[in-house]
Amino acid sequence: MNKMKMQGVVAAVLLSTSAVAMAAEPDAAEGKKVYTTICQGCHMPDAKGAVGAGRYPALANNPKLAAKQYPMMMIVNGSRAMPSFARMLAPDEIAAAVNYVRTHFGNHYPDVLTTAEVKAVLPQKSDYERH
Amino acid sequence: MSDKASTGISRRELLMMIGAMAGSATSYNAMASMGLVEESRFNGPPKLDGDPKGASVLILGAGIAGMVAAMELRNAGYKVKVLEYNSRAGGRNWSIRGGDVYTELGGATQHCEFDKGLYINPGPWRLPYNHHGILDYARRLGVRVEPFQQLNFNAYVHSTQAFGGKPQRYREIQTDYLGHVSELLSKVTQQGKLNEMVSKEDEASLLDSLRRIGALDRRYRYVPGRESSNRRGFQKPPGGGLDARPIYSKDLTGLSEILKSGLWRSIGAGWSTEFQSTIFEPVGGMGKIGEAFGRELADLIEYERKVVKVHQNRKGVEVTYVDPKTDGNPRTVTADYCLCTIPLSVLSQIDLNINPKMQAAINAVPYAAAIKIGLQFKRRFWEQDEHIYGGISYTDLPIGSIGYPNTDYFQPGKGVLLGGYMFGPNAMKFTAMPPEERVKKAVEYGAQIHAQYPQEFDNGVAVGWHRVPWTLGCFGTWTDELRAQHYDDLCQIDHRFLVAGEHASYIPGWQEGAVTSAIDAITRLHHKVINA
Repeated sequence: MNKMKMQGVVAAVLLSTSAVAMAAEPDAAEGKKVYTTICQGCHMPDAKGAVGAGRYPALANNPKLAAKQYPMMMIVNGSRAMPSFARMLAPDEIAAAVNYVRTHFGNHYPDVLTTAEVKAVLPQKSDYERH
Repeated sequence: MSDKASTGISRRELLMMIGAMAGSATSYNAMASMGLVEESRFNGPPKLDGDPKGASVLILGAGIAGMVAAMELRNAGYKVKVLEYNSRAGGRNWSIRGGDVYTELGGATQHCEFDKGLYINPGPWRLPYNHHGILDYARRLGVRVEPFQQLNFNAYVHSTQAFGGKPQRYREIQTDYLGHVSELLSKVTQQGKLNEMVSKEDEASLLDSLRRIGALDRRYRYVPGRESSNRRGFQKPPGGGLDARPIYSKDLTGLSEILKSGLWRSIGAGWSTEFQSTIFEPVGGMGKIGEAFGRELADLIEYERKVVKVHQNRKGVEVTYVDPKTDGNPRTVTADYCLCTIPLSVLSQIDLNINPKMQAAINAVPYAAAIKIGLQFKRRFWEQDEHIYGGISYTDLPIGSIGYPNTDYFQPGKGVLLGGYMFGPNAMKFTAMPPEERVKKAVEYGAQIHAQYPQEFDNGVAVGWHRVPWTLGCFGTWTDELRAQHYDDLCQIDHRFLVAGEHASYIPGWQEGAVTSAIDAITRLHHKVINA
């Protein structure tokens, strides 16, 4: 993930709607990478979550993912014990992860979350971008 | 005096260098004088005088906080019962030993194949001398302790980006850094460049101190010679007999090379108060403390109780629990009061009827990622080949550090290293791997520091704290902002309910936080009961 690529995605979003669909393609590989290297630590490789003394919610077949803002805000702000990833992940990585879980694990939501939409809700410029 | 010294160093840069060198100690003293740094608040066991008149307290969680509270409340005459999710006492006070079986969230099961007597501590592994509380309970419970080597001058500091990736001995980097900085400071002192900051009388003492602290020669130079070799080591150390004459170390690392390497970052890693000598560890593993508590409180603790609901009313508290294996067979137990030590990561998912501010505090604290990887090797090559006896090597590799066993030195047979100890993004990434992959990666990375790894590796275990079924994370990660908003609300007594644990302390992630939190909680609870 680099800034060039990030800016490329933003530019594509701004230029045309057809470019959005094109930008969504490399997204899938990126989304899978974020999911398998970070998210599955808690939500598990099959996205079915887990139950112990407490539980990690399943992302598989989860109707709460119908609104793309919901998983976005979870990742940006964290929730209860789940930490915020706003400083750890770049905006396009967050978008890619959201788009990945919303189109995999039994979820079929075609509308795409853009990097610009993630940037708009970030509390401030993330440390990642300041580098 | 001009701001720019003839050496090309500005005064500001010089002060920054002094600050970097003296950093920890200077700022600690300054803060201590302002009362900002506290040693443990522990002042001995709580004095719970007065008759609780048969009051009962239900304690949730048999970790350090829960068991400290249980022991003291029992001794004060309360009726005490402890409900614990696991089938053992201790909570995060935990050692994994050969023969142990651990199943993490997601179902991956590890069978620890360490030899008899070998272990890793997935959670806490150190008992600082100034953590008076946990040390006092260890003493009272008859747990034997031994020194833990935090700082080993012969261990490594390592950067993949410096010295061709070759690990350097701490003593070499530390000595060379201090030597160069002392020489620089001596130069500007002698040049009279510190006139505004150092009096004439102090100047001689300053120079003398720099010579001693920096291992400089009589002309205040950091050069090959007896002084520097006595600190960083000789090229050929002195011996006996004909071939006894030492050869001084000539390959002093240049200042620029040290600065560029970033290895100076590791110099002060062991300087903060909780890492200063003497640190201890229980003989046989940190888990010995939890196990001793468990024996002491055997009559009070009920195991395999998963709490799902805590409701209070005017008369008492009602706690509902289920069987952790099936989530079935709900049962209810009542008491006059409830002290809850369940981690906030889990507690925020339990059905509570408490005041909204306290609930908001419970919901507000994210839990840290952390991972520890224990690796068993066929022999103690770090001792036999590299003369490293205990302590820690630091690296910029994802494993972060390698911890050497601080016990059983020189023993033949196998040995266990802490082959990785990570927080933050690296911990998350390792947690996302299957356990065997975590171990494999730790061996691959560690081989860049110890070439013996591939040949000598035997087996390993890896605990990622976000996969631990009963904590869902390592410890509560408070920020100053979160504390300002929620901490006091968390620590209040809400009618008949209150919490304790490292999450209700300013010593997060340390057992001392659990001890001092528990004592504070039961002291306030006792006051309320006596005055009810």
